[in-house]
Amino acid sequence: MTDFGLSEEHRELRETVRRFALDKVAPVIGEYYERHEFPYELIQQMGAMGLFGLPFPAEFGGMDGDYLALCIALEELARVDSSVAITLEAAISLGAMPIHRFGTAEQKAKWLPPLVHGEALAGFGLTEATSGSDAGDIRTTATLSDDGQEWIINGGKTFITNSGTRITSLVTVTALTGPDETSSIIVPSGTPGFKVAPGYSKVGWCASDTHELTFDNCRVPVGNLLGERGRGFAQFLSILDEGRVAIAALATGLAQGCVDESVRYAQQREAFGAPIGSYQAIQFMIAEMDTRAHTARLAWRDAAARLVGGQEFKRQAAIAKLHASTIAVDNARDATQIHGGYGFMNETPVARMWRDAKILEIGEGTSEIQKMVIARELGLR
Amino acid sequence: MKIVVLVKQVPDSGAERNLRAEDNTVDRASANNVINEMDEYALEEALRIQEAHGGSTVTVLTMGPERATESIRKALSMGPDGAVHVLDDALSGTDALGTSKVLAAALKRLEPDLVLCGAESTDARGQVLPHMLAERLGVAALTGARKLTVDGSQLTIERQTEEGYEVVTAATPAIVSVWDTINEPRYPSFKGIMAAKKKPVETLTLADLGVSADEAGWAGALTTVASHAKRPPRSAGVKVTDDGEGGTKLVEFLVSEKFV
Ligand SMILES: Cc1cc2nc3c(=O)[nH]c(=O)nc-3n(C[C@H](O)[C@H](O)[C@H](O)COP(=O)(O)OP(=O)(O)OC[C@H]3O[C@@H](n4cnc5c(N)ncnc54)[C@H](O)[C@@H]3O)c2cc1C
Repeated sequence: MTDFGLSEEHRELRETVRRFALDKVAPVIGEYYERHEFPYELIQQMGAMGLFGLPFPAEFGGMDGDYLALCIALEELARVDSSVAITLEAAISLGAMPIHRFGTAEQKAKWLPPLVHGEALAGFGLTEATSGSDAGDIRTTATLSDDGQEWIINGGKTFITNSGTRITSLVTVTALTGPDETSSIIVPSGTPGFKVAPGYSKVGWCASDTHELTFDNCRVPVGNLLGERGRGFAQFLSILDEGRVAIAALATGLAQGCVDESVRYAQQREAFGAPIGSYQAIQFMIAEMDTRAHTARLAWRDAAARLVGGQEFKRQAAIAKLHASTIAVDNARDATQIHGGYGFMNETPVARMWRDAKILEIGEGTSEIQKMVIARELGLR
Repeated sequence: MKIVVLVKQVPDSGAERNLRAEDNTVDRASANNVINEMDEYALEEALRIQEAHGGSTVTVLTMGPERATESIRKALSMGPDGAVHVLDDALSGTDALGTSKVLAAALKRLEPDLVLCGAESTDARGQVLPHMLAERLGVAALTGARKLTVDGSQLTIERQTEEGYEVVTAATPAIVSVWDTINEPRYPSFKGIMAAKKKPVETLTLADLGVSADEAGWAGALTTVASHAKRPPRSAGVKVTDDGEGGTKLVEFLVSEKFV
């Protein structure tokens, strides 16, 4: 693996997270996955390691790291398991980051420290039953009460990550606060009128937490408005740009995990009197998988370097997300093929990777949306 | 409380390790070198004591070649305050007795209340160093701990034995060696990794410690490894065919091997 652009500290972080993933996550995650159970114990250990605080300042209990550090951690986690990786990604990019970026001093002091320590989780509710890619077309409303002291929220959100764990402290939702006016509002867990449906039965990411939410005359203090009124749409667009780099790193991890597992299996599995890894058909398949993982890594590292360096990175982030998620699906398909019938058994790690790969082409902007962003950045309208 | 943790760099026990043909010593140059696993538990225990008892300091003490700085920095990323590295060309070839002389000299300088170390290192597995150090320093040795309780200057350990454990107490200053049953070492945080670079690492030579070169290294070694050979491959084992008496035979085998 290339180390280009990584400082000694970033390399050491990568090694540490790698060790954690192999020693602590790999032995137990299969069973959580099978039971569709949220791995609280692992999340607590990740919190103790400071992973949830990676890109946040020490002032809130963070690690004073950068977005690159977060992406490195995500890649190494996803190399072993995507459920814990997406829990971390969503907790930071969608949960804590909007509050850090757009919150008042008071909101930050109140909500950030437990989130940064991984003792609490937050979600971001944008998608609705009738609007995903077209996220501007939401129906959820928030109106001010007569005395102007509370927002009254009505509507619903679908597929919201980290929204229903027993440590979820809040979900930030986008809602119409007027005609053509979208705002973000913090809804604390347990607020009357805020209902969390039981978890979905998902194809993949089975040890991550995803719920449908409904808001039925749900009242929160007027001070829970996050950022400027009417800026909700612009806010989440800027959050999503960063999130794409993180998802690209996560997808690269999954693609690399497929290479790791396939190399190991190809050396040990014999057919027709020789290890299958001695046949050129398998060698070439793995060589192509490795090439894809490598190029995906170059793409997200480039986008992350621009992000950290304060340069324009919108197009590179979309390219990285599009490419990494595409090749993650390719690698998962090939790794499963190399594992033969065992690859179709849920207990095999690559089977989990196969199930986890597809969502990467859908969540946080589908591949089609990434192509629209890239084309638009090239001046095509 | 002033705590010093002994940390040794060893070849990774998970990979293939070799002795060098020319002098029968461990081949450290070609190996992937890591912190001796048991030492991470000693360090974790020290950090927990520090967290529970305000005003404590934790210092890492390592004797080893230049490349041991890598392991020192890794140890520092877990959270201790600083490190002392005993580094001297004349140390090459030092045996356990010589190591205890050098480390005792360094410990006299540091004057710790408590020395924590692993019960053994994975390269030599001698388990003698804690005792030698206690003897040289004239302090109590509480060895093989699976639990350590600190109450003021009073130390209590559960000493792990084959049958169970013994409760042993002593007052500081003392040296405590630990097994990997004592705790679960932390993973360094990114903040810890970044902070490790800025922590003080004092380098000391034999001269600094007042130990003459002929008391250490090859010159001072009282033990030498005369020869070495690879572990023989596993033998075939015992096969029990069940002709109605299989159960009894299995039990007899287990008894003969002292499993039951
Ligand atoms: C496990 C999981 C977790 C999720 N977590 C969250 C979360 O935490 N918060 C949140 O807000 N959302 C979350 N989502 C929602 C996710 O972001 C959306 O599912 C995604 O954005 C796609 O939206 P959609 O499902 O409505 O599909 P649609 O937008 O209906 O898209 C359907 C298809 O049409 C294509 N399409 C749409 N518009 C165009 C166009 N103009 N041109 C060409 N093709 C087009 C799409 O690419 C797609 O292929 C999650 C989803 C899942 C499955």
